[in-house]
Amino acid sequence: MTDSKYFTTTKKGEIFELKAELNSDKKEKKKEAVKKVIASMTVGKDVSALFPDVVNCMQTDNLELKKLVYLYLMNYAKSQPDMAIMAVNTFVKDCEDPNPLIRALAVRTMGCIRVDKITEYLCEPLRKCLKDEDPYVRKTAAVCVAKLHDINAQLVEDQGFLDTLKDLISDSNPMVVANAVAALSEIAESHPNSNLLDLNPQTINKLLTALNECTEWGQIFILDCLANYTPRDDRESQSICERVTPRLSHANSAVVLSAVKVLMKFMEMLPKDLDYYGTLLKKLAPPLVTLLSAEPELQYVALRNINLIVQKRPEILKHEMKVFFVKYNDPIYVKLEKLDIMIRLASQANIAQVLAELKEYATEVDVDFVRKAVRAIGRCAIKVEQSAERCVSTLLDLIQTKVNYVVQEAIVVIKDIFRKYPNKYESVIATLCENLDSLDEPEARAAMIWIVGEYAERIDNADELLESFLEGFHDESTQVQLQLLTAIVKLFLKKPTETQELVQQVLSLATQDSDNPDLRDRGYIYWRLLSTDPVAAKEVVLAEKPLISEETDLIEPTLLDELICHIGTLASVYHKPPSAFVEGGRGVQHKRLPARAGSGESAESPDVGQAVSAVSDAPPAVIPSQGDLLGDLLNLDLAPPTSNVPPVPSSMQMGAMDLLGGGLDSLMGDESETSASHYRTEVQSPQPPECSERELGGDVGGSPAMGVSLGGAPVGMPAGLGAAPAVGGGLGDLFDLGGGVGVTAGSYIPPKTVWLPAMKAKGLEISGTFARRSGVIHMDLSFTNKAMSVMTDFAIQFNKNSFGLAPAGPLQVLTPLSPNQTVDVSLPLSTTGPVMKMEPLNNLQVAVKNNIDVFYFSCQYPISLLFVEDGKMDRQVFLATWKDIPSENEAQFQIKDCHLNSDAASNKLQGSNIFTVAKRTVDTQDMLYQSVKLTNGIWMLAELRIQTGNPNSTEWLDSRCRGVRNASAYILVYDICCVESFEYVKMIRQQIVDNREGSSSEVPILVVGSKRDLQRHRFTQRRAISVLVKKTWKCGYVECSAKYNWHVLLLFKELLGIAVARGLRQNHASIRLQGALQRNRCSVM
Amino acid sequence: MIGGLFIYNHKGEVLISRVYRDDIGRNAVDAFRVNVIHARQQVRSPVTNIARTSFFHVKRSNIWLAAVTKQNVNAAMVFEFLYKMCDVMTAYFGKISEENIKNNFVLIYELLDEILDFGYPQNSETGALKTFITQQGIKSQLQTKEEQSQITSQVTGQIGWRREGIKYRRNELFLDVLESVNLLMSPQGQVLSAHVSGRVVMKSYLSGMPECKFGMNDKIVIDKQGKGGTTDEAGKSSGKQSIAIDDCTFHQCVRLSKFDSERSISFIPPDGEYELMRYRTTKDIILPFRVIPLVREVGRTKLEVKVVIKSNFKPSLLAQKIEVRIPTPLNTSGVQVICMKGKAKYKASENAIVWKIKRMAGMKESQISAEIELLPTNDKKKWARPPISMNFEVPFAPSGLKVRYLKVFEPKLNYSDHDVIKWVRYIGRSGIYETRC
Repeated sequence: MTDSKYFTTTKKGEIFELKAELNSDKKEKKKEAVKKVIASMTVGKDVSALFPDVVNCMQTDNLELKKLVYLYLMNYAKSQPDMAIMAVNTFVKDCEDPNPLIRALAVRTMGCIRVDKITEYLCEPLRKCLKDEDPYVRKTAAVCVAKLHDINAQLVEDQGFLDTLKDLISDSNPMVVANAVAALSEIAESHPNSNLLDLNPQTINKLLTALNECTEWGQIFILDCLANYTPRDDRESQSICERVTPRLSHANSAVVLSAVKVLMKFMEMLPKDLDYYGTLLKKLAPPLVTLLSAEPELQYVALRNINLIVQKRPEILKHEMKVFFVKYNDPIYVKLEKLDIMIRLASQANIAQVLAELKEYATEVDVDFVRKAVRAIGRCAIKVEQSAERCVSTLLDLIQTKVNYVVQEAIVVIKDIFRKYPNKYESVIATLCENLDSLDEPEARAAMIWIVGEYAERIDNADELLESFLEGFHDESTQVQLQLLTAIVKLFLKKPTETQELVQQVLSLATQDSDNPDLRDRGYIYWRLLSTDPVAAKEVVLAEKPLISEETDLIEPTLLDELICHIGTLASVYHKPPSAFVEGGRGVQHKRLPARAGSGESAESPDVGQAVSAVSDAPPAVIPSQGDLLGDLLNLDLAPPTSNVPPVPSSMQMGAMDLLGGGLDSLMGDESETSASHYRTEVQSPQPPECSERELGGDVGGSPAMGVSLGGAPVGMPAGLGAAPAVGGGLGDLFDLGGGVGVTAGSYIPPKTVWLPAMKAKGLEISGTFARRSGVIHMDLSFTNKAMSVMTDFAIQFNKNSFGLAPAGPLQVLTPLSPNQTVDVSLPLSTTGPVMKMEPLNNLQVAVKNNIDVFYFSCQYPISLLFVEDGKMDRQVFLATWKDIPSENEAQFQIKDCHLNSDAASNKLQGSNIFTVAKRTVDTQDMLYQSVKLTNGIWMLAELRIQTGNPNSTEWLDSRCRGVRNASAYILVYDICCVESFEYVKMIRQQIVDNREGSSSEVPILVVGSKRDLQRHRFTQRRAISVLVKKTWKCGYVECSAKYNWHVLLLFKELLGIAVARGLRQNHASIRLQGALQRNRCSVM
Repeated sequence: MIGGLFIYNHKGEVLISRVYRDDIGRNAVDAFRVNVIHARQQVRSPVTNIARTSFFHVKRSNIWLAAVTKQNVNAAMVFEFLYKMCDVMTAYFGKISEENIKNNFVLIYELLDEILDFGYPQNSETGALKTFITQQGIKSQLQTKEEQSQITSQVTGQIGWRREGIKYRRNELFLDVLESVNLLMSPQGQVLSAHVSGRVVMKSYLSGMPECKFGMNDKIVIDKQGKGGTTDEAGKSSGKQSIAIDDCTFHQCVRLSKFDSERSISFIPPDGEYELMRYRTTKDIILPFRVIPLVREVGRTKLEVKVVIKSNFKPSLLAQKIEVRIPTPLNTSGVQVICMKGKAKYKASENAIVWKIKRMAGMKESQISAEIELLPTNDKKKWARPPISMNFEVPFAPSGLKVRYLKVFEPKLNYSDHDVIKWVRYIGRSGIYETRC
């Protein structure tokens, strides 16, 4: 009996026939009919009309039939939700079946039916199945929780399934563990900040044990989950690495790659001088090579990953060049990837072999591959200087083959070699010229013309050659036209006597007969240059060009690090971060490599951590210096990770002070009542710091260095407001992105600071911080004895304070503290103590006693400490309260440079008990409505407006700002009708000024407003902008219209004018201008 | 995770479509057909991104298997799964063809339901699957409770690959060491790259739950034992017989942590045939054949080719199924071949001269010479001269690997290591064995 016959029925009255068959009494006939239905479903026919009839067949003891009906249900239940309810009873009954296979089948299928009404009925059976005696049912139920979460996340949380799932991690059966891990990982991905997958050394240990026993797929789930863990120190990371390395010998490539991911990540933490580090490096190479003997598709995945690994740690595979040699019948995608890796591994030691191979490849069939091979030879020449000569001769050999595309490609790369090693290989020019006629691709023609122009003095018939190109000038592509123009001008400057006619011809062709503005403008520039001052023109046009750099196609380091965390996954195949191809919030959080051990306890974000500790070294006075606050604010970590110190817009700090000072102050008067404060917060995605500066009237600088000098800033505040600077800091803290968004969860804990220096307390040093852990406020203290004698009998007491904080128990310093010893104590606090308003509001005065004396100090706690866990307000209540708040209790301020999307911000805030009550999206803004409840019952409501879609400054700029740094003159063009484009220009100018070496005023910048023809739609008056640009920025300002070619030429003149005026003769900005107009040199910003 | 799985025939008609995730719509089926199967150009990558949906595909004969996802899944896992799916289907109904798939579509849906749950691969060992998914309907009613729980514990258990209570009258096992030699040689006879990828395939017919230990002449193990011995000489003499293994991977039954710490290979084998290990060596490879090409262009219309092959192993051994493939230019018009041994023929459809020799002993030499007539063309492009490739089979392991022992312990049943009948066989085959000319 075969089933293929079911595919063939195409009659018209089919549905009716099927209906009849489905209702037949005979079991066999029924089954046949269901099979037909499934077959039609597969080919895409709509058989949903048969829903009730098929569901009727569900009540059967024939398992095969049952499975078929279930399959049908999964497909169509969504379109017929009311009918689907009919099936519920059978499901619930099946979940009680004595046969575990049927129990599992029922719970598995129920999870796939995405109908809200059904999910309600699913909860009870699922709960039972999660605790089933049979592991097969448990492992199915574990996945079912993930399914249910996908349909209704709230339900899963309410029903407590997450806890049950967590318990399954300790299950005795390894497959149950693996599935539970997979389900939890997936759920955790959609809640980046929840502490769902609570990875601690105990669970890690459980996972590592299960790793040895479960199926290959389970091992993959567990390894992928392990990769998200950040070990506490290098020893832990070494011990995990030791237990993961055996996986490298697994037959399943995915297990191997996932193990490699874990190792690559944890290796970051190992000190490089450790023996184990070296052994690990050696162990990684063989499995990676073995991956290349897998099937081609897997080879492709492996090669894409190896490409990343080679960039991150070239030492691993440096001796394995040979395995990347291309085989004749490799699929093309494998060949191209291998070639890429070969170039990355090329070094002086193996260059001979590589070249021989590349030469071989250049004779293959596939055009793309051959081109890439030829290009690779050029890249070798540029990368390994010693091999340049050999590369050039290889390229010449290839040119001799006369294969059209090989010759063209070779000429393009030879041009690059000339750029890298000027005046070295000009002897080959003659050979190149022979092939002039065969060039038909614009890139190759342009390259050839460039060569002719550049070395015109050595080519006897350069004028003839160029003239031949000129004949078909209008048929050439722009690239070639531009190149031809430049080349002829060069030629003219070198041999003025013979080529006057030629240059006039080309200039007139370019300026009069061409529609292309680029070409026309360049033509005019040359024309003017040549007619006014030929000597200067010579200096400009024939100046020395900057050498080209060798590695141009490396992945940017921060992206590379992120991709290393995604080894084995699609992200590593595409070489793009997941956010680039995954929709929605899932898995979009950025992953980071852990920091190397030794960078202090704040391993998550070493750069920021150091900045903080540096600032907080300032003497801790009774009122913390502004420096501390800035330190806290620095924790915002808002700038791209590579910059040293993120700019802190001081407006925010001020705003925060005003606001909470004002808001809370009025509340403090009648604390006993529950009232609500109400303020609006606006978070704007990245904007240049100087923007806020301007809004504030330019009174404070944007850089933290200047911020410290703000010490006296509180003076500027309205005195009656009872300023509470630390509250501002506290708010900043809440936005702390720390290291790796989403990796850390829970409320923000500031790093420990020294509260009582040893000098003031007879040798006792106290440092500490505050934390809120599972609803209890803790004061974490470190006592260090820097005196010579032993200290005992510690006790602690607080002064009355704003929120009634008091120790909940005695201070537990058990043993006497001997000299040079440090003891860490965590003191739980209650909020039931006596209340007195403090100045600032969050100040806390503390007395510590020991056997020597009593010491007093004061410290400030972050306000978020007082936010309670049940601060989520009901929506209705929120709405009502929001309306009732008097406007004097309302305040607004902005937070700048915060790279958070609304989901991440919401999660982050939730970690500190600031709850999102509702969210809506208006245009490009996300609005979050949030509620906070303080320990004394005061509610605060907030509206958080998040601007999305603003251009991100890291988007186009690499960390070293290469693009911005190299040029010598800039034209920044914006649209006079679009304020965003001007904002962007502002940002770029700031970056140019920030990243220039030397004095920034030297660099000529010309700001250009385009679309002058749309004068009526401009966003602000010309005067306003012109004043800003000319007076404040000290840049040139021109407005033009490309449509009417109005002032276009003027702006170039202007630029040259500025350049000359600034005395750049020794550096020739105008030469760079010419360079910029050439291929690859023009950066469009 | 995997959002859906589709199987297409060569025309792009969908044969099987199973969607696991809500984010995959019905239009995904068509998107893949239009953009990949019916694409004008040859497929440039096994992973395709169409409108933020990623498609992973593999092809078996003319059947396309495609997995679809919208998330950042583990790509290696998806491909491993697709291969596994092919294995499982082959184990159930033989060759993967359109007809077989249509004939078994109910079974395939059932399998897909079992081995992929919400896009997460579950147990995919055919041995285990066959205990409860059968083509002849389900025998669930006949099973006792014990049987059922045995099945589930096996499917989820630590030893998912073997069930309890297997009995054989004769305890027997077969070990096949299958190696493929890969070589790339320059025309001058210089080895550009050579490696052996080997597999140890085991067929076990053993009762109970036997504990096995496998030993081979792995250099690291032998050196370790040598050190345990008395002199360096022991190490030296064994150095000749031992081989350096670059890397090896094992079937999931092998205890990897034990291999990592002691380098001993111990396991409880699945019943029947399976692949115990794969390994790779690059050092001291015995290259069974040497190919010496000589190509001479006589004018523009004639090519003279002479190829000598030399066998390089013990004269007492016989190589079999030797085939040398000499590529010819596309504009070949006629070929005259003279060979000393075997049969040679010009195959125009494959653009090659195929020279077949049934058997050849070690340390022998044979030669073929051919005159190739070319059509005069004005095509400027030179002939790319693809390498000469070779196929053969030899009765030894070119890597030098030797099985030293395979011990079987079954403490519960009363048979000992001596009672097990063991067979070992070595086969060396050519992988990609090419000489450039």
